[in-house]
Amino acid sequence: MSTRLAGHGRLINKNKAVDFTFNGKNLRGFAGDTLASALLANDQLLVGRSFKYHRPRGVVAAGAEEPNGLVNLGKGATFEPNQRATMTEVFDGLTATSQNHWPSLEFDVGAINARLSSLLPAGFYYKMFMYPRSFWKHVYEPFIRKSAGLGKAPKDRDQDSYEHFYAHVDVMIVGGGIAGLSAALAAGETGARVLLLEQTADWGGRAGVDTPQIDGKPAEEWIKNTLETLDKMHNVDLRLRCAGAGVYDHGYALAYERLTDHAPETDGPRHRLWRIRAKQIITATGAIERPLSFAANDLPGVLLASAVRDYAVNFGVSLGDRTVVVTNNDDAYRTAIILKKAGLDIPAIIDARPEVAGDLIDQARALDIRIELGKGIAKVKGGKRVTGVALCAQAGEGAVLEEIDCDCVAMSGGWSPVVHLWSHCGGKLTWDPDQVMFRPDPERAPTGQNGQPFVITAGTANGNLFTAEVVGDGWAAGRAAAKAAGHTKAGAHAPQGEDAAEGPISPVWLMPQGAGYALRSKAWLDFQNDVKVSDVQLAAQEGYESVEHAKRYTTLGMATDQGKLSNINGLAILSQSLNADIPNVGTTTFRPPYTPISMASIAGVAKDELFQPIRKTPISDWSNANGADNEPVGGWRRPYAYQRPGETVHEAVNREVKNTRENLGLLDASTLGKLIVKGPDAGKFLDMMYTNMMSTLPVGKCRYGLMCSENGFLMDDGVVVRMAEDSWLCHTTTGGAEHIHAHMEDWLQCEWWDWQVYVANVTEQYAQVAVVGPNARKVLRKLGGMDVSAEALPFMQWAEGKIGDFDARVFRISFSGELSYEIAVPAGQGAAFWEALIAAGEEFGVMPYGTEALHIMRAEKGFIMIGDETDGTVIPQDLNLHWALSKKKDDYLGKRAHSRSHMADPNRWKLVGLETEDGSVLPDGAYAIADGVNANGQRNTQGRVTSTYYSPTLEKGIAMGLVLKGPDRMGEVIAFNTVEGGSIAAKIVDPVFYDKDGEKQNV
Amino acid sequence: MSEAISALQGRVTAGEVTIREAGLRGMITLRGDLADKQLRTVCSAVTGVDFPGLGKANCDGQKGLCWMSPDELLVLAPYAEVGEALAQIDKALTGKHYLAENVSDARAVMMVEGAYAREVIAKLSPVDLHPDSLAPGDFRRTRLGQVAAAFRMQDEDTFEVICFRSVAAYAFDLLTASAGAGRVGHFR
Repeated sequence: MSTRLAGHGRLINKNKAVDFTFNGKNLRGFAGDTLASALLANDQLLVGRSFKYHRPRGVVAAGAEEPNGLVNLGKGATFEPNQRATMTEVFDGLTATSQNHWPSLEFDVGAINARLSSLLPAGFYYKMFMYPRSFWKHVYEPFIRKSAGLGKAPKDRDQDSYEHFYAHVDVMIVGGGIAGLSAALAAGETGARVLLLEQTADWGGRAGVDTPQIDGKPAEEWIKNTLETLDKMHNVDLRLRCAGAGVYDHGYALAYERLTDHAPETDGPRHRLWRIRAKQIITATGAIERPLSFAANDLPGVLLASAVRDYAVNFGVSLGDRTVVVTNNDDAYRTAIILKKAGLDIPAIIDARPEVAGDLIDQARALDIRIELGKGIAKVKGGKRVTGVALCAQAGEGAVLEEIDCDCVAMSGGWSPVVHLWSHCGGKLTWDPDQVMFRPDPERAPTGQNGQPFVITAGTANGNLFTAEVVGDGWAAGRAAAKAAGHTKAGAHAPQGEDAAEGPISPVWLMPQGAGYALRSKAWLDFQNDVKVSDVQLAAQEGYESVEHAKRYTTLGMATDQGKLSNINGLAILSQSLNADIPNVGTTTFRPPYTPISMASIAGVAKDELFQPIRKTPISDWSNANGADNEPVGGWRRPYAYQRPGETVHEAVNREVKNTRENLGLLDASTLGKLIVKGPDAGKFLDMMYTNMMSTLPVGKCRYGLMCSENGFLMDDGVVVRMAEDSWLCHTTTGGAEHIHAHMEDWLQCEWWDWQVYVANVTEQYAQVAVVGPNARKVLRKLGGMDVSAEALPFMQWAEGKIGDFDARVFRISFSGELSYEIAVPAGQGAAFWEALIAAGEEFGVMPYGTEALHIMRAEKGFIMIGDETDGTVIPQDLNLHWALSKKKDDYLGKRAHSRSHMADPNRWKLVGLETEDGSVLPDGAYAIADGVNANGQRNTQGRVTSTYYSPTLEKGIAMGLVLKGPDRMGEVIAFNTVEGGSIAAKIVDPVFYDKDGEKQNV
Repeated sequence: MSEAISALQGRVTAGEVTIREAGLRGMITLRGDLADKQLRTVCSAVTGVDFPGLGKANCDGQKGLCWMSPDELLVLAPYAEVGEALAQIDKALTGKHYLAENVSDARAVMMVEGAYAREVIAKLSPVDLHPDSLAPGDFRRTRLGQVAAAFRMQDEDTFEVICFRSVAAYAFDLLTASAGAGRVGHFR
């Protein structure tokens, strides 16, 4: 059984017990434990079931590479699935549950899948679900949905807060092992800004466990001294529990800091996403030990050799009394030596290599540990945990020579440098056949905008497995990075490391070498996604030669651990199957993030009220306090209607339209875009921007204008006002303010850079109120101030002055067809101005109206709306707006496009009014149907509805639409489809339904 | 004249870093040739401060000049004096190509005051806020969270943030949330 070891555990505080639960069971660990170490200390070897076959699984690793130890953490508002037990620090009150089993972890019905494994081969999804088609929906999908997926989705709202932080540094170092620390020291001494990140809660990496000598001292002492030195450097920021997540172009990098996961009662954000701009990045990310592929290597109790000694040294946890070590390299002997010295039994070291020599082997021999050379494991014995191993010759087919009882197997297939961050932004790898690993190729580093490398790799991540190389390499990387960032101040000398002499590794991709199908189909490559040696071989046989194809066919490396343990072993098996060299098969793509980061950290502070900025006009607060039913318009919330108690929204809209036509309506028009265009060339510029002539507009007058894109399509409209000889005010649509401003700047900066024109967006400087209706003039006269008579201020003119106490620009423009003044006052006076109008208007029957009433009134007048009558494919000619296309001008944006054959086609659909025969309202977006069907068997169409409303003024449905040769077909009745089926007949009519001569607005 | 009100009417959230809406401030967007002698002279005459260099703001109380772009300057003045300042600029630049617009009401101003004010901004803006890169007197036109904003570093513990009036509440809440979330400890 697994239990605590007396006198061990450098990271735990045995005086501080913490209580937690696993699957409802009360367990006890110590401060400093990970959930994995605390579970193992309680003999909880079994932590989950595998994804596909529901096989019992225990932890394999002790770090970020762990594939099996995934748990549901917390409950309710703190619930989170798929948390790595090896990276989760225990705290008092932690609750964890295991995943992927039913009804219980110990007894799982899904384990029947393992018996059916011959029915679930590689490519099973592609093979099984093709036929019959109907089975997908009714049989396969429900089955897969039930059995697939690790963990459960959270049901409650996340109660925690999150944030981002932008940092600009000279040197960012990922990895706080001895290479990273050495690099930080070297870079820090030059005065460079250094950010050093470590994903775990402790500095020093493996050196704390493997205890080499640095500068003549034990590594732990060197680490402590180095941290003290770094802490005194104000240019160095040290971050624990902060993982380098991704490296991107131009030295951009993301880091993921877990602030309170280990101490949930602490105030402040739970996670912080660092958005870093680094001049240089050092990846000192270490290496990950590879498993060996032998039968039943997935049983609980089979761990990486390094993990077994990590648990012993760091957490004082023994996986069992009897540990068999199986290896192809010297490093794993450290595990045997450490365990033996701790008083545990090592029945054998099974070494696949026929000959070995080195300091560690000598030490093992001196401890009287039995070493079996040229041997392998034929299979691991046991059900839910290891009970023994069967020994065989590595060179053979797996004939059992001997069975050895044990409760733990510590395996090592060699080390793979963590090259992920190096590779994220294009760093290339090279195959090192001597050390049996892919390592970064420094000649092919990721390069920045100047063509120079901006990522340097150091230490074990650079393929240096020995301490002396690691600290020296880290130091050199720190120096080089600081220099590249412009810091050259010289400092102390590089630290010196010392190592035990080790013999060479020998590649072992399958154990035993000639294992038959029965063994291969039980030799796991990817523990999390249940991919075995036989699956990859089958994929190769079936023609999946590309490593990327084989990955997707088998799902190798596609789980949440992204194949940290399985990728190299998998591609080695693939290359053997293809009879190709490993470097010729290559690796799959390394993509960020290195380990999963929380979705909430990506959102940062942007949740709830801060999810999205909602723009407010000076009148928004009044509207919201007075029944506004809002709709989103270009980042704003505009009142759709002002609902009164007991009224439906529809009733409110009808009331607002009638009241505005009969008495007085007020519209908050502050959101309309307002662009000032000024300069000697402003007239010439506006003549290009608008289809109409704007340069000839007299000062004091207003003109409705159309704007087309260079492809001729309508993009915006609005009233243009001549403010002064060299200055115009262009009103845009609400949604158009920013992009029309950008559009103008684009043309001015990129095409007509020598024209003397300045543009300023003054949209928010003014609150703008449309005072509309037969009583509009009366209310303004009551407020007093400037002359607003028809003589002093005729239709389509403007004047500046005072309305009451307010500084006002008054525009006599109308989008409703009524007598109308649009009055702009400084935004700071907007709320008071609105309230003054409401108060003064009481005797004239004033009511505010919303956007829907605005829409109805403009539709009654046959005015188009950008976004309704236009959709990016509509040109002014389609809307019978020929009058707005100046014939006097040589050019304007869109003019040339309008002469293209398709644009000039007489068969384009054109704007008409539509009236149903029974007065009902046509469905929005309905198509006018025509005879016959098209090539796709769809009904032919001859038009569509663009705007459709119930008109309270006319007491019937009115609509506008684009219809084939529409204006030539007045009076004709055509049919429109409906969603429910059937069709509605509507008559083609003039689109101006109300006051065609414009008498009401021009009084 | 009707009395104008600022977007948030002086809202304050006190804390280790306090966020305070500063009330109305006169602002003029001035576009023109920033090398022009008359333009530089009138700007200094109106505000009483030196013409700022790239990325800088020179301020004295409510008055100041902020560098916005190679052809744009933000002129700060007391709210009530903007009309006069505009008239002065218009007079001095008659006949030249320039644009001067009153944008006082289009904006909101917020003060971020306290020990880790620098980090409160660095949580929201991609600007380099390291003390070696940003010192009192520096001005940046940038964004805060999802909205456009500019800020001036007034002194070691004080930033003056300018944003559009329509998003004043968003910017205020954003700054408040970032201040409330506490110190990062990056700038040592």
